[in-house]
Amino acid sequence: MIEGISIYEILTLTTILFFIGVYGFITRKNMISILISVELILNTSVVNFVVINKYLYPEMLQGVYFSIFIIAVAAAETALAVSIIINLYRQISSVEVKDIEIMKY
Amino acid sequence: MERYIFYILALIMIVFAIASVSSRKMLRSVIYLLFTLVGVAGIFFLIDYNFLAAVELTVYAGGIIVLIIFSVLLVHHIEMRLEVAKLSKRILTAIACLIGIGIFLTTIYSYDFNVVENTTTTTTAEIGAGLLSYGEGGFILPFEVISVLLLAAMIGAIIIAKGKKLEPNNDESL
Repeated sequence: MIEGISIYEILTLTTILFFIGVYGFITRKNMISILISVELILNTSVVNFVVINKYLYPEMLQGVYFSIFIIAVAAAETALAVSIIINLYRQISSVEVKDIEIMKY
Repeated sequence: MERYIFYILALIMIVFAIASVSSRKMLRSVIYLLFTLVGVAGIFFLIDYNFLAAVELTVYAGGIIVLIIFSVLLVHHIEMRLEVAKLSKRILTAIACLIGIGIFLTTIYSYDFNVVENTTTTTTAEIGAGLLSYGEGGFILPFEVISVLLLAAMIGAIIIAKGKKLEPNNDESL
Protein backbone atom coordinates (compact mmCIF):
# COMPACT_ATOMS: atom_id res chain seq x y z
CA MET A 1 0.00 0.00 0.00
CA ILE A 2 1.03 3.60 -0.51
CA GLU A 3 2.48 5.22 2.59
CA GLY A 4 0.33 8.04 3.91
CA ILE A 5 -2.46 7.52 1.39
CA SER A 6 -5.72 6.05 2.63
CA ILE A 7 -8.04 3.95 0.50
CA TYR A 8 -10.54 6.81 0.47
CA GLU A 9 -8.25 9.07 -1.52
CA ILE A 10 -7.62 6.48 -4.21
CA LEU A 11 -11.34 5.67 -4.45
CA THR A 12 -12.04 9.40 -4.79
CA LEU A 13 -9.59 9.60 -7.68
CA THR A 14 -11.13 6.62 -9.46
CA THR A 15 -14.65 7.98 -8.92
CA ILE A 16 -13.69 11.29 -10.52
CA LEU A 17 -12.03 9.54 -13.46
CA PHE A 18 -15.07 7.27 -13.90
CA PHE A 19 -17.45 10.19 -14.16
CA ILE A 20 -15.14 12.02 -16.56
CA GLY A 21 -15.43 8.90 -18.72
CA VAL A 22 -19.23 8.92 -18.40
CA TYR A 23 -19.31 12.61 -19.35
CA GLY A 24 -17.25 11.91 -22.47
CA PHE A 25 -19.40 8.92 -23.35
CA ILE A 26 -22.57 11.02 -23.31
CA THR A 27 -21.36 14.24 -24.91
CA ARG A 28 -19.15 12.94 -27.72
CA LYS A 29 -20.58 12.48 -31.20
CA ASN A 30 -17.83 10.42 -32.72
CA MET A 31 -17.43 6.66 -32.41
CA ILE A 32 -13.69 6.75 -31.74
CA SER A 33 -14.15 9.34 -28.98
CA ILE A 34 -16.80 7.12 -27.40
CA LEU A 35 -14.33 4.23 -27.55
CA ILE A 36 -11.76 6.39 -25.73
CA SER A 37 -14.30 7.17 -22.99
CA VAL A 38 -15.09 3.47 -22.58
CA GLU A 39 -11.37 2.77 -22.15
CA LEU A 40 -11.26 5.39 -19.40
CA ILE A 41 -14.20 3.78 -17.58
CA LEU A 42 -12.70 0.28 -17.83
CA ASN A 43 -9.38 1.56 -16.51
CA THR A 44 -10.91 3.04 -13.40
CA SER A 45 -12.63 -0.27 -12.65
CA VAL A 46 -9.26 -2.03 -12.98
CA VAL A 47 -7.70 0.39 -10.50
CA ASN A 48 -10.59 -0.17 -8.09
CA PHE A 49 -10.18 -3.96 -8.20
CA VAL A 50 -6.44 -3.72 -7.57
CA VAL A 51 -6.66 -1.13 -4.80
CA ILE A 52 -9.38 -2.94 -2.88
CA ASN A 53 -7.40 -6.16 -3.16
CA LYS A 54 -4.23 -4.49 -1.87
CA TYR A 55 -5.78 -2.55 0.99
CA LEU A 56 -8.40 -4.96 2.31
CA TYR A 57 -7.20 -8.47 1.42
CA PRO A 58 -3.44 -8.27 0.88
CA GLU A 59 -2.89 -12.02 1.29
CA MET A 60 -5.13 -12.84 -1.69
CA LEU A 61 -4.67 -12.12 -5.38
CA GLN A 62 -8.21 -12.35 -6.75
CA GLY A 63 -8.36 -8.65 -7.64
CA VAL A 64 -5.18 -8.95 -9.70
CA TYR A 65 -6.58 -11.89 -11.67
CA PHE A 66 -9.82 -10.09 -12.35
CA SER A 67 -8.01 -6.97 -13.48
CA ILE A 68 -5.91 -9.07 -15.88
CA PHE A 69 -9.15 -10.50 -17.30
CA ILE A 70 -10.67 -7.03 -17.59
CA ILE A 71 -7.60 -5.83 -19.50
CA ALA A 72 -7.82 -8.83 -21.86
CA VAL A 73 -11.53 -8.29 -22.51
CA ALA A 74 -10.90 -4.57 -23.09
CA ALA A 75 -8.22 -5.40 -25.65
CA ALA A 76 -10.58 -7.77 -27.49
CA GLU A 77 -13.36 -5.19 -27.39
CA THR A 78 -11.11 -2.45 -28.77
CA ALA A 79 -9.92 -4.63 -31.63
CA LEU A 80 -13.50 -5.48 -32.63
CA ALA A 81 -14.68 -1.88 -32.27
CA VAL A 82 -11.85 -0.57 -34.44
CA SER A 83 -12.57 -3.13 -37.14
CA ILE A 84 -16.29 -2.22 -37.09
CA ILE A 85 -15.41 1.49 -37.33
CA ILE A 86 -13.10 0.92 -40.29
CA ASN A 87 -15.70 -1.19 -42.09
CA LEU A 88 -18.42 1.42 -41.48
CA TYR A 89 -16.15 4.17 -42.75
CA ARG A 90 -15.62 2.20 -45.93
CA GLN A 91 -19.36 1.89 -46.50
CA ILE A 92 -20.76 5.27 -45.46
CA SER A 93 -17.60 7.47 -45.22
CA SER A 94 -18.43 8.67 -41.75
CA VAL A 95 -17.88 7.70 -38.14
CA GLU A 96 -20.38 10.11 -36.61
CA VAL A 97 -22.96 8.40 -34.45
CA LYS A 98 -25.91 10.12 -36.09
CA ASP A 99 -24.99 8.81 -39.55
CA ILE A 100 -24.89 5.21 -38.50
CA GLU A 101 -28.31 3.73 -39.04
CA ILE A 102 -27.69 0.31 -40.52
CA MET A 103 -25.23 -2.28 -39.38
CA LYS A 104 -26.17 -5.12 -41.66
CA TYR A 105 -23.76 -7.65 -42.93
CA MET B 1 7.58 11.08 -0.53
CA GLU B 2 5.21 8.49 -2.01
CA ARG B 3 2.37 10.68 -0.89
CA TYR B 4 3.50 13.56 -3.08
CA ILE B 5 4.11 11.23 -6.03
CA PHE B 6 0.53 9.99 -5.65
CA TYR B 7 -0.88 13.50 -5.58
CA ILE B 8 1.12 14.53 -8.64
CA LEU B 9 -0.03 11.39 -10.50
CA ALA B 10 -3.65 12.01 -9.51
CA LEU B 11 -3.45 15.61 -10.74
CA ILE B 12 -1.89 14.53 -14.05
CA MET B 13 -4.51 11.82 -14.55
CA ILE B 14 -7.51 14.05 -13.86
CA VAL B 15 -6.22 16.93 -15.98
CA PHE B 16 -5.42 14.71 -18.94
CA ALA B 17 -8.67 12.76 -18.63
CA ILE B 18 -10.63 16.01 -18.82
CA ALA B 19 -8.49 17.12 -21.76
CA SER B 20 -9.08 13.76 -23.44
CA VAL B 21 -12.87 13.97 -23.30
CA SER B 22 -13.02 17.66 -24.24
CA SER B 23 -10.30 18.15 -26.86
CA ARG B 24 -11.65 18.86 -30.32
CA LYS B 25 -8.70 17.36 -32.16
CA MET B 26 -8.99 13.60 -32.40
CA LEU B 27 -5.32 12.65 -32.33
CA ARG B 28 -4.60 14.89 -29.35
CA SER B 29 -7.41 13.33 -27.38
CA VAL B 30 -5.86 9.88 -27.96
CA ILE B 31 -2.46 11.12 -26.76
CA TYR B 32 -4.07 12.63 -23.64
CA LEU B 33 -5.63 9.21 -22.96
CA LEU B 34 -2.13 7.75 -23.21
CA PHE B 35 -0.95 10.04 -20.39
CA THR B 36 -3.87 8.95 -18.22
CA LEU B 37 -3.01 5.29 -18.81
CA VAL B 38 0.63 5.91 -17.90
CA GLY B 39 -0.65 7.50 -14.69
CA VAL B 40 -2.65 4.34 -13.93
CA ALA B 41 0.51 2.28 -14.47
CA GLY B 42 2.32 4.62 -12.07
CA ILE B 43 -0.30 3.92 -9.39
CA PHE B 44 0.20 0.18 -9.91
CA PHE B 45 3.94 0.69 -9.42
CA LEU B 46 3.25 2.65 -6.23
CA ILE B 47 1.18 -0.14 -4.66
CA ASP B 48 3.80 -2.75 -5.58
CA TYR B 49 2.02 -4.66 -8.32
CA ASN B 50 4.87 -4.49 -10.80
CA PHE B 51 3.53 -7.21 -13.09
CA LEU B 52 0.18 -5.46 -13.44
CA ALA B 53 1.90 -2.17 -14.20
CA ALA B 54 3.92 -3.87 -16.93
CA VAL B 55 0.72 -5.41 -18.37
CA GLU B 56 -0.97 -2.01 -18.29
CA LEU B 57 1.94 -0.37 -20.10
CA THR B 58 2.30 -3.04 -22.78
CA VAL B 59 -1.36 -3.83 -23.47
CA TYR B 60 -2.93 -0.40 -23.01
CA ALA B 61 -0.20 2.13 -23.70
CA GLY B 62 1.53 -0.06 -26.25
CA GLY B 63 -1.31 -1.92 -27.93
CA ILE B 64 -4.67 -0.23 -27.59
CA ILE B 65 -3.38 3.31 -28.05
CA VAL B 66 -1.54 2.34 -31.23
CA LEU B 67 -4.70 0.59 -32.49
CA ILE B 68 -6.83 3.69 -31.83
CA ILE B 69 -4.21 5.94 -33.47
CA PHE B 70 -4.29 3.69 -36.53
CA SER B 71 -8.04 3.94 -36.77
CA VAL B 72 -7.91 7.72 -36.30
CA LEU B 73 -5.37 8.05 -39.09
CA LEU B 74 -7.42 5.79 -41.35
CA VAL B 75 -10.76 7.57 -40.95
CA HIS B 76 -9.92 11.23 -40.24
CA HIS B 77 -8.23 14.24 -41.64
CA ILE B 78 -5.75 15.38 -39.02
CA GLU B 79 -6.88 18.98 -39.17
CA MET B 80 -10.58 18.19 -38.86
CA ARG B 81 -12.19 19.61 -35.75
CA LEU B 82 -14.75 17.46 -34.01
CA GLU B 83 -18.35 18.39 -33.75
CA VAL B 84 -19.33 18.96 -30.10
CA ALA B 85 -22.66 18.58 -28.38
CA LYS B 86 -24.86 21.56 -27.64
CA LEU B 87 -23.83 23.71 -24.70
CA SER B 88 -27.05 23.00 -22.80
CA LYS B 89 -26.55 19.27 -23.19
CA ARG B 90 -22.95 19.49 -22.01
CA ILE B 91 -23.91 21.52 -18.93
CA LEU B 92 -26.73 19.11 -18.13
CA THR B 93 -24.38 16.12 -18.44
CA ALA B 94 -21.76 17.82 -16.30
CA ILE B 95 -24.33 18.51 -13.57
CA ALA B 96 -25.54 14.91 -13.70
CA CYS B 97 -21.94 13.68 -13.44
CA LEU B 98 -21.26 15.98 -10.47
CA ILE B 99 -24.36 14.63 -8.73
CA GLY B 100 -23.12 11.11 -9.45
CA ILE B 101 -19.69 11.92 -7.99
CA GLY B 102 -21.41 13.32 -4.90
CA ILE B 103 -23.50 10.19 -4.39
CA PHE B 104 -20.54 7.86 -4.92
CA LEU B 105 -18.30 9.84 -2.57
CA THR B 106 -20.88 10.01 0.21
CA THR B 107 -21.34 6.25 -0.08
CA ILE B 108 -17.59 5.63 -0.03
CA TYR B 109 -16.85 7.97 2.87
CA SER B 110 -19.73 6.67 4.98
CA TYR B 111 -18.47 3.09 4.69
CA ASP B 112 -15.86 1.99 7.20
CA PHE B 113 -13.22 0.03 5.28
CA ASN B 114 -11.41 -2.63 7.27
CA VAL B 115 -7.92 -1.74 6.02
CA VAL B 116 -5.10 -4.19 6.76
CA GLU B 117 -1.72 -2.50 7.18
CA ASN B 118 0.79 -4.41 5.07
CA THR B 119 3.92 -4.05 2.99
CA THR B 120 3.81 -7.34 1.13
CA THR B 121 5.28 -7.47 -2.33
CA THR B 122 3.65 -9.78 -4.86
CA THR B 123 6.00 -11.56 -7.20
CA THR B 124 5.12 -12.51 -10.74
CA ALA B 125 5.66 -16.18 -9.84
CA GLU B 126 2.81 -16.07 -7.30
CA ILE B 127 0.46 -14.51 -9.84
CA GLY B 128 1.38 -17.10 -12.46
CA ALA B 129 1.02 -20.01 -10.04
CA GLY B 130 -2.43 -18.83 -8.96
CA LEU B 131 -3.51 -18.23 -12.53
CA LEU B 132 -2.55 -21.73 -13.64
CA SER B 133 -3.56 -23.74 -10.56
CA TYR B 134 -6.53 -26.06 -10.91
CA GLY B 135 -6.99 -26.58 -7.18
CA GLU B 136 -9.07 -24.58 -4.70
CA GLY B 137 -9.41 -20.98 -5.86
CA GLY B 138 -7.39 -21.54 -9.03
CA PHE B 139 -8.11 -19.54 -12.16
CA ILE B 140 -7.21 -22.02 -14.90
CA LEU B 141 -10.72 -22.15 -16.43
CA PRO B 142 -11.21 -18.38 -16.94
CA PHE B 143 -7.62 -18.20 -18.17
CA GLU B 144 -8.34 -20.73 -20.91
CA VAL B 145 -11.70 -19.14 -21.71
CA ILE B 146 -10.04 -15.75 -22.12
CA SER B 147 -7.52 -17.26 -24.55
CA VAL B 148 -10.38 -18.65 -26.67
CA LEU B 149 -12.12 -15.26 -26.45
CA LEU B 150 -8.99 -13.47 -27.70
CA LEU B 151 -8.68 -15.90 -30.61
CA ALA B 152 -12.37 -15.43 -31.51
CA ALA B 153 -12.02 -11.63 -31.27
CA MET B 154 -8.95 -11.71 -33.50
CA ILE B 155 -10.64 -13.78 -36.20
CA GLY B 156 -13.81 -11.68 -35.94
CA ALA B 157 -11.84 -8.44 -36.24
CA ILE B 158 -10.05 -9.69 -39.36
CA ILE B 159 -13.30 -10.82 -40.99
CA ILE B 160 -15.20 -7.63 -40.15
CA ALA B 161 -12.40 -5.28 -41.21
CA LYS B 162 -11.93 -7.13 -44.48
CA GLY B 163 -15.46 -6.17 -45.51
CA LYS B 164 -16.82 -7.95 -48.55
CA LYS B 165 -16.59 -11.68 -48.90
CA LEU B 166 -13.76 -12.94 -51.03
CA GLU B 167 -15.01 -13.96 -54.44
CA PRO B 168 -13.50 -16.69 -56.58
CA ASN B 169 -11.04 -15.19 -58.96
CA ASN B 170 -12.62 -15.87 -62.37
CA ASP B 171 -10.76 -13.53 -64.64
CA GLU B 172 -12.55 -12.44 -67.83
CA SER B 173 -9.47 -12.56 -69.98
CA LEU B 174 -8.89 -16.25 -69.41
